[in-house]
Amino acid sequence: MSLNLKNLRGAVLPLALLLVWYAVTALGLVNTKLIVPPEKVLQVAYKFVMRGNFLESIEASLFRDLSGFLLGSVAGVLLGVLMGLSRWTERFVGPSFNTLKQISLFAWLPLISTWLGTGDAAKILFVALSAFYPVALNTFEGVRGVSKAQLEVARVYAFTYKQLITKLILPSASPQILTGLHLGLIYAWMATIGAEFLLISSGSGLGDTVIKGRAAFNIELIVFGMLTIGLIGAIFNHIATRIERRLLVWRGA
Amino acid sequence: MAHAATLEIKNLNKQYQVGDKSLPVLEDISLSIKPGEFVSIVGSSGCGKSTLLKLLIGLEDQYQGDILLDGKRIVGTSLERGIVFQEHRLFPWLTVEQNISIGLLNNTELSAEEKTNSIQEHIELVGLKDFANAYPYQLSGGMSQRVAIARALVNRPEVLLLDEPFGALDAFTRAYLQQELQRIWEKEGITMILVTHDVEEAVYLGDRVVVMQPRPGRIKRVIDVNLPRERTRSSAKFTAIKEEVLREFADTPDTVEELTTQTTVNEAPKNSFLTADALCY
Repeated sequence: MSLNLKNLRGAVLPLALLLVWYAVTALGLVNTKLIVPPEKVLQVAYKFVMRGNFLESIEASLFRDLSGFLLGSVAGVLLGVLMGLSRWTERFVGPSFNTLKQISLFAWLPLISTWLGTGDAAKILFVALSAFYPVALNTFEGVRGVSKAQLEVARVYAFTYKQLITKLILPSASPQILTGLHLGLIYAWMATIGAEFLLISSGSGLGDTVIKGRAAFNIELIVFGMLTIGLIGAIFNHIATRIERRLLVWRGA
Repeated sequence: MAHAATLEIKNLNKQYQVGDKSLPVLEDISLSIKPGEFVSIVGSSGCGKSTLLKLLIGLEDQYQGDILLDGKRIVGTSLERGIVFQEHRLFPWLTVEQNISIGLLNNTELSAEEKTNSIQEHIELVGLKDFANAYPYQLSGGMSQRVAIARALVNRPEVLLLDEPFGALDAFTRAYLQQELQRIWEKEGITMILVTHDVEEAVYLGDRVVVMQPRPGRIKRVIDVNLPRERTRSSAKFTAIKEEVLREFADTPDTVEELTTQTTVNEAPKNSFLTADALCY
């Protein structure tokens, strides 16, 4: 990305907030035990990064996030395509899918932890589940949305069933599948942190770090953890947007 | 050059099932089309002309009577019959070149190299050499329709069906593409059947003009256009034939007027006329 004034415009608000944050703490306008000054967050961050736990916890969180996302999105695309293609599958699976969807994701946690404990397996399953729904739903709608006019074109050119799927249905549904994957990626990251908050284990992770910070009343650590979580989420979002734009050049957006 | 086929339609009847009622859409259509002939079919909406094309391309296959291509009854869709729809129906995720190649996807007669050559040839035929790698969103309506024509022709079909292909274009583009289509028809030498509601277009392009009347769709009259090509739209002879075709419409109760009165008199448009019309589209 080229660094020009337009791109910098988005940095104005965070910088202003940082300045206000610094000002109110430096001038003693707030209780600095609860709202810690930015420089102290930096100090803690530095110490934390130097100790090596930091990269380790990022790695642990990313591992859970990406494995869960991979599982959930593959399953989601498969089910979405199946339901979109076959009325039978839709009738058979659709009602259960729509009912289960109504269960708040976090309501799955007690069941998951009863089955799998609080280790990585449980967390990854939870992340997979949260990525699964948006991917399956959007894929289904994309596949179902293939236009009748284009299906007629496929018939005129005598497409085989395989060609119908690979040359028409999947490319036609691709914008919505990508939207689903994008949402899934964001949900998966939120679920990763949520799982680390709620399924407390001895493992490391960004969510674990923040929870430990709370236990130790280490607000600097909490703030630093939050900023890191947000930054990683933003990076994911950025990557997903770029991939989408690259793959969907044909839409001319 | 492609082989041009004889197309014979014999006593063709077609009904649509609406609830428990059977609505006749086409009644006793018989028409014999010579190889390499250009036949225009005109009629107001609801006369079943689009349904007729759907039957000829094979997207619809419930009918009584016979549709014979070189004496053989047609079954379903086939690469020997091409079609251009009113909307271009290109795949937006493919470039011009890739869209045209869709026409050859299941062609087993040509080698890969011949396919590439044929695609290039057809891109040039429709004058889009500079746009081979453009996506449909980058094309105008007329250009998109030219790609659709190339896609339909690349297989060298024996019959090309055209379902109001220029209906959605502006007058200038339409006149230009009519001329282009005539050039392509002369070059390829294949049989073409054009469905249109534009009488001038029908006379300009057709060796014969088939006038259809609605409810149920029937052939009212077939008018020969014995004019040398390229035809001048303003010539006296051209105008006379155009008038002759238009007179056929004057005899038929005007569908459009009929429909408007129906809807104004009866607020709820729940009559069989409208249903039949909706089905034809």
